[in-house]
Amino acid sequence: MSGLVLKDITKSFGNFKAVDTANLSVPHGKFVCLLGPSGCGKTTLLRMIAGLEDPSSGEILLDGTDITPVPTHKRNLGMVFQSLALFPHLSVGDNIAYPLRIRGASRDEQKKRSDELLKLIHLPGFADRPVAKLSGGQRQRVAIARALALSPKLFLLDEPLSALDAKLREAMQVELRQLQQRLGITTFVVTHDQREAMTMADLVVVMGHGKILQAAPPIEIYRRPADAFVADFIGMTNLLDAEVDRVGRVSVLGQAIPGLTMPEGLTRASVSIRPEDVHLGPVGGDAIAGTVTFVRDLGGTIETFVEAGGKIIVAVATPRERPDVVAGQQVGVTLPAEACVVLKS
Amino acid sequence: MKREAPKSLADYSPLFFPGLMLIVFFVIPFSTMIAVSFFQRDPSGFYTPDFVFTNYARFLSLFFAKVLGFSLMLAVMVAICCVVIAFPFTFLLTRRPRKVQTVWLVCLLSVLSLSEVIIGFAWSTLFSRTAGITNLFVAIGLMKEPVALLPSFWAVLTGMVYQALPYTILVLYPALVRLDPTLLEAARTLGASPVRAFMNVVVPALRNTIVATLIMVFVFALGSYLLPQILGRPSHWTLSVLITDQAIYQSNMPFAAAMAVFLVLMSLALVGLTLLVGRRENAL
Repeated sequence: MSGLVLKDITKSFGNFKAVDTANLSVPHGKFVCLLGPSGCGKTTLLRMIAGLEDPSSGEILLDGTDITPVPTHKRNLGMVFQSLALFPHLSVGDNIAYPLRIRGASRDEQKKRSDELLKLIHLPGFADRPVAKLSGGQRQRVAIARALALSPKLFLLDEPLSALDAKLREAMQVELRQLQQRLGITTFVVTHDQREAMTMADLVVVMGHGKILQAAPPIEIYRRPADAFVADFIGMTNLLDAEVDRVGRVSVLGQAIPGLTMPEGLTRASVSIRPEDVHLGPVGGDAIAGTVTFVRDLGGTIETFVEAGGKIIVAVATPRERPDVVAGQQVGVTLPAEACVVLKS
Repeated sequence: MKREAPKSLADYSPLFFPGLMLIVFFVIPFSTMIAVSFFQRDPSGFYTPDFVFTNYARFLSLFFAKVLGFSLMLAVMVAICCVVIAFPFTFLLTRRPRKVQTVWLVCLLSVLSLSEVIIGFAWSTLFSRTAGITNLFVAIGLMKEPVALLPSFWAVLTGMVYQALPYTILVLYPALVRLDPTLLEAARTLGASPVRAFMNVVVPALRNTIVATLIMVFVFALGSYLLPQILGRPSHWTLSVLITDQAIYQSNMPFAAAMAVFLVLMSLALVGLTLLVGRRENAL
C-alpha cells in the first residue's frame, strides 16, 4: 500500500526494549502525533523512521519498498530536532538552502527557494541574518523551512515546540497544522503534550513502555480509549471499578447504571468517564450519593470534586450550567451509560 | 547587569597577584633578554653592557634566513599535521561511550609524561636500520631489507607531531565534546553523507577552535630544539637549535638573545596575521 507502514519494529538497547513490536500504517498526507510520557519510546521510533537509529528487527515500508537499509541521507525526509540544530556558522538563508547546496543547486536556485520558504514561514527578508540573532519562535520557523526545502516525502518533528512559551506554542501548533494541510505532506510529530496532539493530529498514536497502545483519530482516542493508561493519559478522566451482579446489571460504586453492558465473560472491570459527562443533581433516584469536597472555579470551567464510596469523582461544568454546589454539600452523581467506557482492569 | 568601573586602588587588588607573576616571570626575563641582545660580546668573559646592533646585523645573512624559514615551515607543518590527525580522531573519540573516552584520555596524558629526550631516542631506535620498524616490514614481506629512516626531515616531523599530538587532542577535546550531536544528524537528514556532514558542519562550526589550536601547536613546535638534533641532519636544525648552540656551547649570549627576540617577533607576526585573516573571513 502507499504511505508509511511500520512492521513489527523492535529496538532493544541491551536488555531494554525501547520500542516493542510496533505496527502502524499511515496513508499519505496524514498528520501523526506520537504521544506518550517520557521514555515511552516515541523519539526512538521517530529516529528509526529517520534512519538515525537502526531497528533491531522489523521493517519500515514507504510506498511498499523497505527503506530500513537506506541510510538517512538518501531517504528524502525533513526533520526538525528538539534542539532545532540550526547551523550556527550559516545565515538564515544558507541554513534553509543547505539541502539544495548538498545536491549541487546553483546559487540562484538556492536563493530563490530560500526566499520562497521564508515567505511561507512569514519571515521574508530574513535571509542574510545570522541565526544567533533570531528569537525562539523565529528559529523554530527557520528549522521548519529548512526541513521542507526539498519538499520531502516525510516530515518528522521531535518535540519541536517544547522550547517555546505556552502562548507561542499554541499559536505555532495551529500554524504547523495549517502548513501541513496546505502542503499535504505526511508528518510525524513526537510530543508528550496531549493538547498539542489533539490540536494537530489526524492520527494520534499513544505509546507507553515501548508499545503502541492505541492509534486512532483524536476524538476516538478521547471518547473510546483502548485501556486505562490511554484514558488516563489523554485528558482528565474518572477511573472507577465496575462489577456485574447476578442478573447482569453493571454497577459502579454500588449503584446500577442502566443501559451499561460489559463484554461477555467479564465480571470485574474499570469504567472511564470524562468529567464533562458526569452529572450532578439532587440526592436520590439512580444517582450515586456523594459529598462535595472542593469546588475549583476557573471562570471558563468549574471543576467539582465529589467523594463517593471512598473515591473522588471529578465533574466539569461550564458557568452556564453552573452546578449550584458548595463544599460539604450532599449531591447525587449520575453517570450516563453512553459516556462510560468499559476497560479491562 | 552593568558593572561599575573600578574606582579605588582596592578595586584593582584582584589584579595584583597575576600582575606580579607576569612581571617576575615574563616582563623581567624578557626585558633582560632584549637588553642583552644589544650588548657587546666579550670573547674572554661573558658580555659587556653596550648598545650595538652587531648581533642583529650578523643575523641578516642568507644562512640565518634559510634557518628561520625552515623553522617556521617545520612548525607550520607540525601544526597542520597535528590538527589534521587530531581533529577527526578527537571527534570520533567524543562519540564513544564515556568509559572508552576516559581510557583514551588517560593513555594520551601518559604520553605527556615522556620528556623530549625519551621521545627522541625512542623514535631514533624505531627508525634505525638494526632495530627499527623496517625490520617488521621485511618480516611481513613489504620490504627487501631493513633501512635506516633517519636522519631525515620526515623523522624530525614524525617525532615532533608525536610529541605535540596529545596537546592538540586535549585542546580540541572540550570544544568537540560540547558540540551538539544533532547538528550532524540534521545535516544527514538534509541529505549530506556522514563525511560531507562532518566537513560542512563540524569543521566550520569549530573554525575558531581549529585556528586557536593551529597557533598553539605552531608556537609549541617552534620551541623544539632536541628532536631536530636527534632525528635530523644539521640541515634540519631549527633556529631554536642554533640559539641553544650559541647560548650554551659558544657562550655568545648577546647573539643568542638577538636570535630569540627575532624568533619571538616573527612568531607574533605570523600569529597576528592568522588572526587577521580569520577575522576578515568571519566578517564576510
